Amino acid sequence: MYKARIEVTLKKKILDPQGKAIESSLRNLGFLKLGGVRTGKNIDMSVNESNIDAAIALVTSACAKLLANPVTEDYECEIFDEAGKQVAQFSSAQGGASKVAAK
Amino acid sequence: MSIEVNLKTAQEMGLTADEFEEIKKILGRVPTYTELGVYSVMWSEHASYKNSILQLKRLPRSGKNLLVSAGEENAGLVDIGDGLAVAFKIESHNHPSAVEPYQGAATGVGGILRDIFTMGARPVAALDSLRFGNPEGPRVKYLFENVVKGIADYGNAFGVPTVAGEVYFDECYDENPLVNAMAVGIVRHNRVAKAASIGVGNLVMIVGSSTGRDGIHGATFASEDISEASEAKRPSVQVGDPFTEKLLLEATLEAIDAGLVVGIQDMGAAGIACSTSEMSAKGSTGMDVNLDLVPLRESDMSAYEIMLSESQERMLVVVKPSDEEAIKKIFTKWDLNAEVVGKVTDDGILRIRRFGRIEAEVPSKTLALGEGAPVYVRESKRPEYLDKLAGIDIASLPEPSDYNDVLKRLLSSPNIAAKNYVFEQYDYMVGTNTVVLPGQGDAAVIRLERWAASSKGKKRGLVMKTDCNSRYVYLEPMAGAEHAVVEAARNIACVGGKPLAITNCLNFGNPYKPEVYYQFERAIEGITKACTELETPVTGGNVSFYNESPNRTVYPTPVIGMLGLIEDSAKSLRANFTRENDLIAVIGPERPEMGGSEYLKVVHDTVGGVVPKVDYAYEKSLHAFLQEAAMNGLLHSAHDVSEGGIAVTLAECCILDRDAKLGAKIAMDFSMRRDWTLFAEGGGRVVVSYHPDRSEEVHALLKAYHLPVEILGVVSGDALQINDTIAVKVEELEGIYFGLLPGKFRITAAV
Amino acid sequence: MTTGKVGVVVFPGSNCDMDAYNAFGSVLNRRVELLWHKETSLDGVDLVVLPGGFSYGDYLRSGAIARFSPIMNEVVSFARKGGLVIGICNGFQVLVEAGLLPGALLRNSNLKFVCKQVYLRTETTSTPFTSGLKKGEVIKVPIAHGDGNYYADDNTIKGLQDNDQIVFKYATAAGEITAESNPNGSMLNIAGIVSRERNVIGMMPHPERAAEKLLGSDGGLVVLKSAVESLN
Repeated sequence: MYKARIEVTLKKKILDPQGKAIESSLRNLGFLKLGGVRTGKNIDMSVNESNIDAAIALVTSACAKLLANPVTEDYECEIFDEAGKQVAQFSSAQGGASKVAAK
Repeated sequence: MSIEVNLKTAQEMGLTADEFEEIKKILGRVPTYTELGVYSVMWSEHASYKNSILQLKRLPRSGKNLLVSAGEENAGLVDIGDGLAVAFKIESHNHPSAVEPYQGAATGVGGILRDIFTMGARPVAALDSLRFGNPEGPRVKYLFENVVKGIADYGNAFGVPTVAGEVYFDECYDENPLVNAMAVGIVRHNRVAKAASIGVGNLVMIVGSSTGRDGIHGATFASEDISEASEAKRPSVQVGDPFTEKLLLEATLEAIDAGLVVGIQDMGAAGIACSTSEMSAKGSTGMDVNLDLVPLRESDMSAYEIMLSESQERMLVVVKPSDEEAIKKIFTKWDLNAEVVGKVTDDGILRIRRFGRIEAEVPSKTLALGEGAPVYVRESKRPEYLDKLAGIDIASLPEPSDYNDVLKRLLSSPNIAAKNYVFEQYDYMVGTNTVVLPGQGDAAVIRLERWAASSKGKKRGLVMKTDCNSRYVYLEPMAGAEHAVVEAARNIACVGGKPLAITNCLNFGNPYKPEVYYQFERAIEGITKACTELETPVTGGNVSFYNESPNRTVYPTPVIGMLGLIEDSAKSLRANFTRENDLIAVIGPERPEMGGSEYLKVVHDTVGGVVPKVDYAYEKSLHAFLQEAAMNGLLHSAHDVSEGGIAVTLAECCILDRDAKLGAKIAMDFSMRRDWTLFAEGGGRVVVSYHPDRSEEVHALLKAYHLPVEILGVVSGDALQINDTIAVKVEELEGIYFGLLPGKFRITAAV
Repeated sequence: MTTGKVGVVVFPGSNCDMDAYNAFGSVLNRRVELLWHKETSLDGVDLVVLPGGFSYGDYLRSGAIARFSPIMNEVVSFARKGGLVIGICNGFQVLVEAGLLPGALLRNSNLKFVCKQVYLRTETTSTPFTSGLKKGEVIKVPIAHGDGNYYADDNTIKGLQDNDQIVFKYATAAGEITAESNPNGSMLNIAGIVSRERNVIGMMPHPERAAEKLLGSDGGLVVLKSAVESLN
């Protein structure tokens, strides 16, 4: 049993009007040193698999099929074990399916 | 859970010492914590109307077309013939919106929609009456943007067109915005569902969303002044889910259509506590409910929390045991919970179980409004400010020199300027029944073609509008309230409709202040007078007290939501001029009543004077004339004179249809001061336009109705020209009128 | 009555399903039926309509969940076989999520839902949905959406242009394509596109809301009419 946290953001080259609106509000409030605001969404879920490779494969497939739109969105995913330790991290930028930080 | 219950606990929940004694007397013992919680929400102002009910009973609540009287069901029900009835009601969500504007407004819309479809009616329109503080303030901007977005996101996803309403700005609402949501639904007579729990042995079911910890004690929260402590109560605000509400609508109507529902009530304020006690009180039955069977979001919730939860998108349904499977099938089809949680009993007791223990056991009638809930008469005292403000010497105010400038300043008052910025965020067309769209006419029109059986019925339409000039009510509570009713009726008549009935949302300050109670009493008198004269009974509504903060109390704001009927919706009149060379006339008497006008406020920074008075004989003739003239196709447009006076009305007539702007050449009689003539709001006047060939017929009909009329001029050119006093290009007027709100509120557009 | 049966898909959260149903049924007098999203057959319809609304609340992304409804398998194979499909508003979003049309629909650039009448310029008449229009003809049709900002990468845009797949662009009443007439930030003012095989159209504006003069415009009726007439 694992837990996965997926962060979905608009691809860098796509305008993020929400991020832009937040940035301009921050500026109006005097936060002049803050910039480059981008927004996204977090999706948390439990992964009922007994080994990490299977968990990665399952989450990757869910990202590709439903959770992120490949035309407009990137995703980053972290997988944690039951003790809450991060055991894998991967992203769509790396082709999606490759496990890069399994420990 | 056994928390000690004493007077202190009761007071923390908002009950008084006397009320706590009364509860002990009813039960013959000290209540349990859960029981105390249930009494505290049911006896709160929000649920019990304890400080207003005696006054509300004075309102005219009967009429030949009413199928249920005010307060009897979740909303009023008006017979419109053809086997159809209209359910409609307005309700406030002021306090939640002041603290969390987005969810507060969204759940306000959700709650009023449930009130409508719980009666078996399909919602066909929503309206919103909104009031905010000075729009220059950052907090006000935040409240405004998020209230509008909350209404939009909920109504749009649910799929009800938001077709009309009001948006006003005044400093008195700086800390206390008013968010009043109205919904209108249509139901066939034989499909009307009741909110009573009857039939001993019948099953009690909860359908819809799961119950969570959100909104516990929201009803009590709405019965207190807004203070810094309210911010800390933020968890009290509920979260809305319009998608689930849409499913709940479809499933509920399907179940009612299938004849599976004995009784049904939605859950809003005070959740399960309110629906179980009110339904059994109404049915003179008892109810035995096991809370272990309620679908919960968190399994460790106590009886107290489950009873008081205000989780949205839920209903309590009473069904026959033989129908359990059939009703479950329908709700499962729509991916919704439907669980049996108890049964109807014959002992009049609301019995609540949790984890094998009886947590509450109280006579249901002692909880309910109109039954055992307390009723108070409050002290009333005429506020001193009334005479002071009425006596302000308006006559000595200087006359302006540049009238073009005054007209432009009025058009850029946020109270007058176009509200497209607001209503274009609402889907006002979904359902493809909206004939008169927001911004086109003085009231919205929804056609009945898809509902009616007869060919005559198919032509008809519902007409609806909300109104209240709260500055008038502040200056003269009775006359101002009369004015609100009459203006709503006049707006209905301006599109060609006949006013039928009203619902009201009475927004006031703290009723324990005698001056506030005086305003309330007098406003009720005003509504009573106007509704009696116009034969438009009050079908129900809502009272919202405590709209005040340490610094100020809102203007008394009795918002009127009016329903009317038009015989042929294809003949609905719009406000804008439609044809070059048409004649322009104003119907109604000119009156020097400048009190409370937008002109005095905007140009002279003055709130005072004597407000316009209503002449009922004239109004009734006017309404009859407008209906007849519209149905006979005599008129091309009709627009009533309100904020900003006749000059603003004429400007709006020129520019409201942006695709076909038209100018006007006006030569009017200046019998009073020029600024009085141009900007006075009284007299109940209406500007109309018509083809010169129909002039004789128009004036003959006006004469038949004994209506005074002055021919003002002709639709012509590309400017609004009034004598040699005003001359402005329509393009410039349009730019000011439509550009104001977007300019004020637009967040930096991302490009 | 003429030949050709229209099917309007009902997802949970669809709210323009009855509007489309009535436009084809009452206004155009065609046979029309509602298709529940859990169905696994199109029941022999000749034209599929994916209506507007907020399918599944649009909670993940507009249209993202609806595309996995059982009936969408049937819609996809119907489309691959050349069947006519119209996606309106949320239906357009479902079509791009399902891969039947290229690109994506992002949040409106001003972040606000917008409901108003707009003008559309007809960019191509060689589709079954625009055969009743003239190239360059302007029609008045309302929009009502929060996620209507059409986006595609440069290659896709080029493909749309090369293959004459852009059907409608937001324009002024006179037919000029301007920044002011673009209500949501769409690339090239794109309001509607057609598939390469020209049998699947997606458009953000609502032609079914502009099918009767009584409601302010009948400028959209020609789109629905062209589609059903092409079935004969």
